[in-house]
Amino acid sequence: MLTLTHFLVLGAIVFSISLAGVFINRKNIIILLMCVELMLLAVNTNFIAFSHFLNDTAGQVFVFFILTVAAAEAAIGLAILVVLFRNKRTINVEELDTLKG
Amino acid sequence: MFENYSDSQVYLAIVLAPLIGSIIAGVFNAYISRAVAHTVTIVGVAISFVLAVFVFKYFAFDGAPIYNETVYTWLVSDGIRFEIGFLVDNLTSMMLVVVSFVSLMVHLYTIGYMSDDPGYKRFFSYISLFTFSMYMLVMSNNFLQLFFGWEAVGLVSYLLIGFYYKKESAIFANMKAFLVNRVGDFGFILGIAGILMVFNTLDYADVFAAASSKANLTTELFPGTEWSMMTVICILLFVGAMGKSAQVPLHVWLPDSMEGPTPISALIHAATMVTAGIFMVTRMSPLFELSETALSFILVIGAVTALFMGFLGIIQNDIKRVVAYSTLSQLGYMTVALGASAYSAAVFHLMTHAFFKALLFLAAGSVIIGMHHVQDIRQMGGLKKYMPITYWTSLLGTLALIGFPGFSGFYSKDSIIEAVHASTIPGSTFAYYAVLIGVFVTALYSLRMFFIVFHGEERMDHHTKEHLKESPWVVTVPLVLLAIPSVIIGGMTITSVLYGDYFNNVVFVQQAHDVLGQLKESYHGPLSMILHGIMTAPFYLMVAGIATAWYLYMKKPELPGKIKNSFGLIYDILDNKYGFDAFNEKVIAGGTRGLGNILSKFGDIMIIDGFVVNGSAKSVAWFSSIIRHVQTGYLYHYAFVMILGLIGLLGLVIF
Repeated sequence: MLTLTHFLVLGAIVFSISLAGVFINRKNIIILLMCVELMLLAVNTNFIAFSHFLNDTAGQVFVFFILTVAAAEAAIGLAILVVLFRNKRTINVEELDTLKG
Repeated sequence: MFENYSDSQVYLAIVLAPLIGSIIAGVFNAYISRAVAHTVTIVGVAISFVLAVFVFKYFAFDGAPIYNETVYTWLVSDGIRFEIGFLVDNLTSMMLVVVSFVSLMVHLYTIGYMSDDPGYKRFFSYISLFTFSMYMLVMSNNFLQLFFGWEAVGLVSYLLIGFYYKKESAIFANMKAFLVNRVGDFGFILGIAGILMVFNTLDYADVFAAASSKANLTTELFPGTEWSMMTVICILLFVGAMGKSAQVPLHVWLPDSMEGPTPISALIHAATMVTAGIFMVTRMSPLFELSETALSFILVIGAVTALFMGFLGIIQNDIKRVVAYSTLSQLGYMTVALGASAYSAAVFHLMTHAFFKALLFLAAGSVIIGMHHVQDIRQMGGLKKYMPITYWTSLLGTLALIGFPGFSGFYSKDSIIEAVHASTIPGSTFAYYAVLIGVFVTALYSLRMFFIVFHGEERMDHHTKEHLKESPWVVTVPLVLLAIPSVIIGGMTITSVLYGDYFNNVVFVQQAHDVLGQLKESYHGPLSMILHGIMTAPFYLMVAGIATAWYLYMKKPELPGKIKNSFGLIYDILDNKYGFDAFNEKVIAGGTRGLGNILSKFGDIMIIDGFVVNGSAKSVAWFSSIIRHVQTGYLYHYAFVMILGLIGLLGLVIF
C-alpha cells in the first residue's frame, strides 16, 4: 500500500537530484533549465500527493497552473538561450560570468 | 498741534518725508537728473525740519504732554508685542531739531561739495536714508525699533564710509567700522535680550515703570558669582553705546571713517549718529540709575576716552582726523557726564557739540575744496586771506569747541566738569582730572590746527595757490547758519535745559546722584556763569592751551619738530594710537585668522572633509571592494546561495 510518505520521499529525491543538477552541472545551460523544470515537477508531485490524501482538489488545480506557467517559462527561457547563444557563441555555464562584480 | 491733523500723522510725516526723498533719489537714480535728486531729498528733509521745529515749540513752550503711541503692530508672539511706535517728549523733540537742522545744512552743503562727483544722486539718497534712520532711532518707544534705528544708521554709515568704493582704504575703513560696531551691537542686543528676559516686554514705558521693582534681582553670570541683573543689562547696553559712540576701546573705527566724503563726517560721524549712544543712555536713565557699578564703568570709560583721544589729536596732520579725534574726546566728555548721572548735561553738550562740530567739519570740507582735495595741514597755511568766511566761521567753531566763555561749548563743557567734580561715584576723581586736563589738550590741538591752516606761511604749491578762493555760497551759507547756534545756543538754553524743568519727565536721577541739583544752587544765570567761569581752573587751562599752541605754531614753528625728536618714545606711542590698531590687527584679527586656520585645517578639512564626507565614500568603496568577490557571475554559485538561504529559512520556520 502506497502511503503519503512514499510520494513525499519520491518528491524529495527528485528535488534533490534536480538541485544537484543545478550546481554540479558546469557545462550546459540547457541542463540547468531542465533541472529547474524537474524541481517544479517534484513540487507538483507533492501537491498531488497532498491533494489526494487530504481529499482537497485545490492542490490539483494548483498543479495545472504551475504546469502552464512552467511551459511558458520554458519557452521564454529557451528563447533567451537562443538569443544568448547568438551573442556569446556559447552556452557553457563556466564562460557565462558577465555578472561578476 | 495742527487743527485738522492728529499728532501721529505729523510724526509720521517727519519720519517718512526723508525716506520718500531717499527712495526717489535712490531707486529712480537712473531716471532723474541731479537737480531732481537734490531737490526731492532737500524738500523731504526741509519738511521734517519745519515740522520738527513745530514739535519742539509744542513741547518746549506749550508744555504738551508726552506722546506715546503705537503706530503699527508688527506681530504679537507669546504676549510680547513687536511694534513700531513713537515716543515724543522733550528729549525727542530736541533731538529731532538737532538732527533735522544739521541734516538740512549738510544736504545744502553737499550740493557744493559733491558737485563734480559721479555718485552725486546716490549720496543724496544715502544721507536722506540716514536722516530717516536717525528719526526712527530717536522717536522709538520700544527697544525693537531702537535696535532697528541703531542698525540702520550703522548700515548707512557703512555705505557712506565706503562711498568711494573703488578706493582701497575706504573699503578697509568701512569694513572696520562695520566689524567694530558689530562688537558693540552684540553687547547691545544681549542687553535687549536681558530686558526682554527680566521685564517680558520691549516697551519703554512698561520697562521703566517696572524697573525699580527689579533693582535687587541678581543673576549668576558665571557659576558661583552674584551679579546684579541691572548692572549686567546696563553694561551690556552701554557696550552698544561704546561701539556707536566710539568709546575706548571700540573707538578705532571713527578716525578711519574719515575716508568718507566730508559732509557725512559732519552729519554722521560728528553731529548725530555717534551721539546715538549718549541719547540711548539718557533715554534709559531709569535703568542706569539703578546700577552704580554701571555708572562707574561709564564714567571711567568716558574719562579715558576724553583725555587720551585728545592727546592723539595733537599729532595728527590730516585736517579731518584732527577733528575726528576731537569728536572722540568730546564724546568722552558726554559719556563722563552720563556716568556722573548728569544726563541733562550730556544731552546739552550733545546738542551744542552737534552744531559746532558739524560747523568745524564743514569748514574743514570747505578748506579741502579750496585746496583741491589736499587734506594734509602741513601743506596749508595762511588761508585766512583767501577764505574769509571759512576762516571766521571756523574761528567761532573752534572757540565753541575749546569752551571759550560765552560760546555754546563753554556752558556745556563747564557744566560737565562741575558735575563730575560734584559727583561721588567711584572713579569720579580720576574722571574730574581727566576732563580738566582734557580742556588744555582740546585748546592745544584745536588752536594748533587753526593756526597751521589759517595763519603762518603759505606752504601749498604754486598751482593750488593760484586757484585758492572762497567756496561757493551753498557751502558758506550752511557754515554761517551753523555758526549762529554754535555761538548762542548754549547761553540761550542752559537755564531751562540744564537747571530748569525741561527734562523733568524724561530723565530720572536718584536723589543721591543728583549732581545737577547741587550745582543748581550756585547757578545764577548764564552771565554769572561766565563771570564765575573765568576764575576757575578750566578757563586757565584753556588759556594755557591757546598760549601753548600760539607759542609752538606761530611764534616758534621750529620748536614742535625738536620736541618730537627729543620725546621720540611718546611721539611713537601717540603716532601708533596707543597700539589699539596694532593690537586689533595682530591679536584680534590675527587671532581670528589663526583660529580660523586651525578650525579650517582640523575641523573642516580633516574632520568634515576627511572623515565625514570623503571618509564615508572611501569606506563604502573599501567595503564593496571586499564584498564584490562574492559576485562570481557563475549561476551555480547563485543557485547554491539560494539553496543555503532556503535551508536557513526552513530551519528558522521549523525550529
